[in-house]
Amino acid sequence: MTERRRTHRSHVSYIDKSRDYYAAQGYERAYGWATNDDAPFTPLAKPLAESRVGLVTTAYFLPDGFVYRVPGDLPRTPATATADQVGNLDTQYLSWAKDETHTDDLDSFLPLHRLGELADDGRIGSVSERIYCLPTQFSQRQTQKRDAPQVLEWMEEDDVDVALLVPL
Amino acid sequence: MSLGARFLEAAGIPTVIVGSARDIVEECGVPRFVFVDFPLGNPCGKPGDIAMQRAITTLALDTLERAFAPRTTVQAPFVWDEVDDGWRERFMHVGDDNRDELAAAGVARRQAQEARRHDRELEREAAR
Repeated sequence: MTERRRTHRSHVSYIDKSRDYYAAQGYERAYGWATNDDAPFTPLAKPLAESRVGLVTTAYFLPDGFVYRVPGDLPRTPATATADQVGNLDTQYLSWAKDETHTDDLDSFLPLHRLGELADDGRIGSVSERIYCLPTQFSQRQTQKRDAPQVLEWMEEDDVDVALLVPL
Repeated sequence: MSLGARFLEAAGIPTVIVGSARDIVEECGVPRFVFVDFPLGNPCGKPGDIAMQRAITTLALDTLERAFAPRTTVQAPFVWDEVDDGWRERFMHVGDDNRDELAAAGVARRQAQEARRHDRELEREAAR
């Protein structure tokens, strides 16, 4: 086995990258990302084999006739999607590496079918019938005071035990 | 999304995030995080690679089950491209080759935002 070495950290810093990118576009004030010293922690209340998993995505539904001009035009309200509707979830206006890959395979960013197979195998109890769309917001307040509480309410209605969240 | 995970967790729903923007998630601080070192877009595995998708989803469940403290990060053992690591640099690239282009894009974007604000005001006035 070849010994590999690096002189720089390999992980991309998206905080640094996006700051430099928008500065180059003439935006003078850098975005202030959320930062915390601690994090909450809730142990599992029951085995995963008996738990219902809720899937959360940053993908969204576009209204009919939608015309994109600026990021502010995007729908930024939380929503739910059933398995028949997930094919209509849109990702094109989110910031991801469009020159490197695509999102035509749902399970590459929202593992609905993989989770379904794991439920069939008994690894988890079940997958919630509704998928929860938690939009990426510029406003952290909007996420914490409006969107996340809405998703929590839906999860409680659906008896979700644990959540798997996948930002694009 | 990280703020959403914190909110749900604090409300009693254990969470795990699967994502590729390590610094953003870790700065925010989340209970459990599976880091997939891929270009943004396919955190759950390469398109069409069912075995990889299954492995990453399983790793997320294992992390959910076995993490014993918050801010647990587990890195999935997959490499996007063994030969070309250039995706790290190409995304949101800023250099002498595109500085003018980016500056022009910024001007166009601010004009579009201004036009949108103007349209919104007209709509509001029309609604009154």
